[in-house]
Amino acid sequence: MRRIAPLFGLLAICLLIVLLQFAIGAGIVDEYTVPRPTAIAAALPRLLAEEGILTRFLTTVAETFAAGAAATLVGTGLGAALYRWPLMRRSFEPWVAVLAAAPLVLAYPLFLVLFGRSSSTVVVIAFASALPPVVLQTVAGFSAVRPVLLAVGRSFGLGRAAEFRRVLLPAALPSVFTGLRLALMFGLINVVGVEFLINLGGLGALINDLSERYDLPGTWAAIGFVVLVSVSLFTVLDGGERWLQRRR
Amino acid sequence: MLSVANVTMRFGTPADGVTAVDDVSFDIRPGEFVSIIGPSGCGKSTLFNIVAGLQPATSGQVSVEGAAVRGPHPAVGTVFQEESCFPWRSVIDNVAFPLELAGMPRGERHDQARHFIELVGLRGFERRLPSELSGGMRQRVCIARTLAAKPRLLLMDEPFAALDEQTRLLLGDKVLQIQQTLRQTTLLITHSITEAVQLSDRVLVMTYRPGRLKRFVTIDLPRPRTAEVVTSPEFGAAVASLWADLREEASRGMAEAGG
Repeated sequence: MRRIAPLFGLLAICLLIVLLQFAIGAGIVDEYTVPRPTAIAAALPRLLAEEGILTRFLTTVAETFAAGAAATLVGTGLGAALYRWPLMRRSFEPWVAVLAAAPLVLAYPLFLVLFGRSSSTVVVIAFASALPPVVLQTVAGFSAVRPVLLAVGRSFGLGRAAEFRRVLLPAALPSVFTGLRLALMFGLINVVGVEFLINLGGLGALINDLSERYDLPGTWAAIGFVVLVSVSLFTVLDGGERWLQRRR
Repeated sequence: MLSVANVTMRFGTPADGVTAVDDVSFDIRPGEFVSIIGPSGCGKSTLFNIVAGLQPATSGQVSVEGAAVRGPHPAVGTVFQEESCFPWRSVIDNVAFPLELAGMPRGERHDQARHFIELVGLRGFERRLPSELSGGMRQRVCIARTLAAKPRLLLMDEPFAALDEQTRLLLGDKVLQIQQTLRQTTLLITHSITEAVQLSDRVLVMTYRPGRLKRFVTIDLPRPRTAEVVTSPEFGAAVASLWADLREEASRGMAEAGG
């Protein structure tokens, strides 16, 4: 059952693609809006050879990881601080939640003014979008630790630092990791989005480029490539999380 | 071994406060099994926290082996009412936790942990995670973890409260067996009369708010005891005598709570 389910999902996607191919062939879907899946697949080697999609991919991944790593460091620190000082939490947590819901990417002109048309702008916007989920999930994770586990730690004479390392952190880890996963996903979405908007750097800029040239199969192939990247990222994070769960 | 002298605990302001524990004094001798029994709200758990060093008393003194308790004491091991296994650690790593804190090498601490796992009857479950165990098994893991620190005084705060009656009786058996094996000095907080009679050498009855000591009852049932002891007439007599004391306190508690 567990093995069949992902296979079934994949099969459904393939079926949709085949249906799309026939729909375009039959003239139900306009070919100038959505190119045939076969044409999209045929564009991929061209993207590899002529458009330098791999270099662009590395740029996007590097920017995403820079934003994700910064959000992880700052976000878990801020989350721990909000947990530690309840007044600070009551004052700032609602604002962090507001920030999490805000479409920060729309403020990109402001960031352009502040950081110029450079990779810094891309990374800073992605960082700002990735930060709130890490903060919120860290606070939630620490707060959900059952008080009796802390009492056990104290009964064995743990000090504050040891309590944090041996009880609080491992107990909160699943929630913190959910925050990190969200951070990287939000980071990736915003990196590609801002690259597209300011036409600079990695995969987002490539999609912008190809669509400007009205290279529809190329555009769709690049979008497909971004989806593949995010699926791979998700899979890697999932594996990483399970590995960490076993070792905490 | 344990000496509790004139311990009082007040919550709130002096003008508008509640006295949870009022001038309680008692001693426990080495190897003795003592239970504290009382109605809900009599301050049993507060007294437990004070003896465990998790909460300072308003006045009075607790000392273990002559040394005053001012915080968690290495000679005192605590088992909490709420199941408290670390869910991310396997059974063996839960039990080995205090040994790990003491800096014992992995192989050695696992050997010792295995001994305690066997003592609580969980052999074969070493690698399981707490989520794979029943409530009774998890509470046994907690007991083994506390015993692994080799406390000279074992404190248990209603450790079987969340379990069903059959499991309670069988776990009671297990605790008795452990107590016989280790000659472990134990202080058990409970609201179950049968549990108190089944396990204890002495039972301290507490009054409903403010929590004072009402009576000491010596349980003269022969040892080793098992769950079968509950069918003997002597057991029945001891339970009846304790119930007479407790009924008065519990009714007072219900009346005050408006129940």
